Amino acid sequence: MKFIRNILDSVKPHVQKGAKFHAFNSMYDAADTLFFVPNTVTKTGSHIRDGVDMKRSMFVVVIALVPALLFGMWNTGQMHFQSLGQEVDIMDAFLYGLLKVLPIIIVSYAVGLGIEIVFAQGRGHEVNEGFFVSGMLIPLIVPVSTPLWMVAVAVAFAVIFGKEVFGGTGMNIVNPAILTRAFLFFAYPQSMSGDSVWIAEKADAFSGATPLAELTAGNAPLFAGANLSPMEMMIGAYPGSIGETSTIAIIIGAAILLYTGVASWKVMLSFIGGGLVMGLIFNLFAVNAYMELPAWEHLLLGGFAFGAVFMITDPVTATQTEMGKWIYGFFGGLIAILVRVVNPAYPEGVMLAILFMNIFAPLIDFYVVESNIKKRLKRAKVAA
Amino acid sequence: MSKQIKIKKGLDLKLVGTAEKSSKSLNLKNYALKPTDFHGLFPKLMVRVGDKVKAGSPIFFDKYRDNIIFTSPVSGTITDVIRGAKRKMLEIRIESDGTDSYETFKQADPKSLKKEEIIEELLKSGVWPLIRQRPYTVIANPVDQPKAIFISGFDTAPLAADIDFILEGKEKEFQTGLDALSMISDSNIHLNLGPDSKAPALLNAKGVEINNFSGPHPAGNVGIQIHHISPINKGDIVWTVNAADVLTIGRLFLEGKYNAEKMIALCGSEVKEPQYITVKSGVEIGSIVKDQLKQDHVRIISGNVFTGTRIDRSGYLSYYSKEITVIPEGDVYEFFGWLVPSPKKHSFYRTAFSWLMPNKSYKPNTNMNGGERAFVFTGALEQVFPMDILPIQLMKAIMAEDIDLMEQLGIYELDEEDFALCEYISTSKIDMQELIRKGLDMMRIEMS
Repeated sequence: MKFIRNILDSVKPHVQKGAKFHAFNSMYDAADTLFFVPNTVTKTGSHIRDGVDMKRSMFVVVIALVPALLFGMWNTGQMHFQSLGQEVDIMDAFLYGLLKVLPIIIVSYAVGLGIEIVFAQGRGHEVNEGFFVSGMLIPLIVPVSTPLWMVAVAVAFAVIFGKEVFGGTGMNIVNPAILTRAFLFFAYPQSMSGDSVWIAEKADAFSGATPLAELTAGNAPLFAGANLSPMEMMIGAYPGSIGETSTIAIIIGAAILLYTGVASWKVMLSFIGGGLVMGLIFNLFAVNAYMELPAWEHLLLGGFAFGAVFMITDPVTATQTEMGKWIYGFFGGLIAILVRVVNPAYPEGVMLAILFMNIFAPLIDFYVVESNIKKRLKRAKVAA
Repeated sequence: MSKQIKIKKGLDLKLVGTAEKSSKSLNLKNYALKPTDFHGLFPKLMVRVGDKVKAGSPIFFDKYRDNIIFTSPVSGTITDVIRGAKRKMLEIRIESDGTDSYETFKQADPKSLKKEEIIEELLKSGVWPLIRQRPYTVIANPVDQPKAIFISGFDTAPLAADIDFILEGKEKEFQTGLDALSMISDSNIHLNLGPDSKAPALLNAKGVEINNFSGPHPAGNVGIQIHHISPINKGDIVWTVNAADVLTIGRLFLEGKYNAEKMIALCGSEVKEPQYITVKSGVEIGSIVKDQLKQDHVRIISGNVFTGTRIDRSGYLSYYSKEITVIPEGDVYEFFGWLVPSPKKHSFYRTAFSWLMPNKSYKPNTNMNGGERAFVFTGALEQVFPMDILPIQLMKAIMAEDIDLMEQLGIYELDEEDFALCEYISTSKIDMQELIRKGLDMMRIEMS
């Protein structure tokens, strides 16, 4: 520890303002604060401060993503070998997936953090931990076959135009991870949809369509020629974006987030509620297979669970008022299923619904704040 | 009509170093009046270095409200006037001559006096500044008619001085002080008691409305109590007095002199024998703590850990403080401190593990425990902020200097201290009390 501190201390003078390597100050600072909580003390206000900071809070989200990540790695390998008709053991499937997924994670972090550091340097801020989470979310919501250069371009677009132009973490309107996904979807649709993108190095004869794509085509939620049972949907061994398929892994993440209080249970619950309500409405007026899908099975398929736990709950792009969170989550879930079922071109709606609600969150907050103001005015009138 | 109010939101923080319920009197030599203890004050000096003063002799007054004067807590000599940048007056130092000679004021039962006479005595003796007003938390204006006077009879802050202990055996002074206060305004006095309040002075107080509060900190903050009983709307004025300061007001009329004695708690993890001491207002802290420190690298705070003022070892007790708290400084690097779960650190959040031990007493230092960030996580501040006010939205309005929005979101009801707990738990490490004060100052300039 002393040894690392000594190295950091010996580098420090060279990156200070006016020194030769000042351009690397933010990078130094990010490393320094990663290894050591800085020695800054309180100056004004409360003399003592809570033991938890942004780093720890963000780190909890990364931990919560680990089950989905590990499952996604295994599933990548499993799908690949299954399409070839080979039986392999868990470790082989996992190793194959690891080698496929790890490069995406590395590219995502390298590009995103690189841009963050440059902007932090320009602004004279510390590097914010926001991309800590985004950088892990992005690999989990793309198809495994996404070319790395596409990931790099999309991450750069999302971080610069989705976040940094607004002022960085805490100021952004839309979730950078979702924006990355949306950019990929609209810029390179052929790599983001269809039957061939979800399974790495798939055998041509094997149908790699996601269950949702089968539903859009008017079939039951099929995979490998058989109907997926609810239990199989829970486990998640079917094609999809890397981290989205296993509802069980996502539930473990949700438990971590809710237990630590990092994510808002109000948003999560109301998102699920909104999805169920829309699903039930479709069930009532069902005219095709997609509308007939039981409402609760919607929650197990596609990106709904992942969106409910990790995406809609992003505190920066969600509504900031407690009342607003109920409204925000509910409509998010409602629209997700609406788009999913009604949109003929694209079998999934979670991404678009969350983007849409991100943009509406300030408006919802505006009305909640207005009602607080009105209450106060009314109180003044009653007293007068 | 008395009210029972249960505060649900908040956080009780237990720290090491609670003051023992034993008290000793200290007669010390050096005192100072600090104009910086009073928000929005422009001091005009009335004495020169070398002048002899008695306890109760005028020292300076407020340039914009010249009837508000500040008087010496002891008899002695003016030894120094310390000024800071732009000649801002920081301290007027007084050396006690040990004789305790007093200026004389009217000695009478306040009930037998007229309102104007009481106000006159309070102003002349320099006791008036003990009465403050909301909004803005500045010294009350004697010509105002407040809609209520609030006195908090308990303090929930960490290591706070126990008001029951301070008031023990002082029923007469307390009641006389209350009588004086009830004479100077036509409105109600709300005396708010905690669940454990037991001092006879509080329980048997006459001529006041007694309300019972319970719940975690900040239930003892007078601002929270006002919010739940008689919230401040635009144009309203509420006066507040510390319960311990009511004694000073009472003694003025009982003894006919400005007796600046007060009992304070000497507390905190770095104090050898945490205890209560009786001193005079504005006493030099160095001579109190010099044999009491466990180590040298400490922060001395006049007041409590949330809202107090940082004081040098050669500094002086602040005017409204009821405690001297000493905690370790935290200017150390901590290896992976953000990641390693340390049982020594307290946290409001479940991402650390201190919630598993709710009864543990902590020894926090002054480290920020992280770097400053933008507001990211939402919903936490609301859990420790028992007011129907949107804290983040209000702070953003202040940052944007949007006066209208600040007013609409209820800034009149607030004081910095009401945000202290939010500031403590903030993962963004934003200095919120400073921000709220900035907003209040902006508002006050706008409204004047």
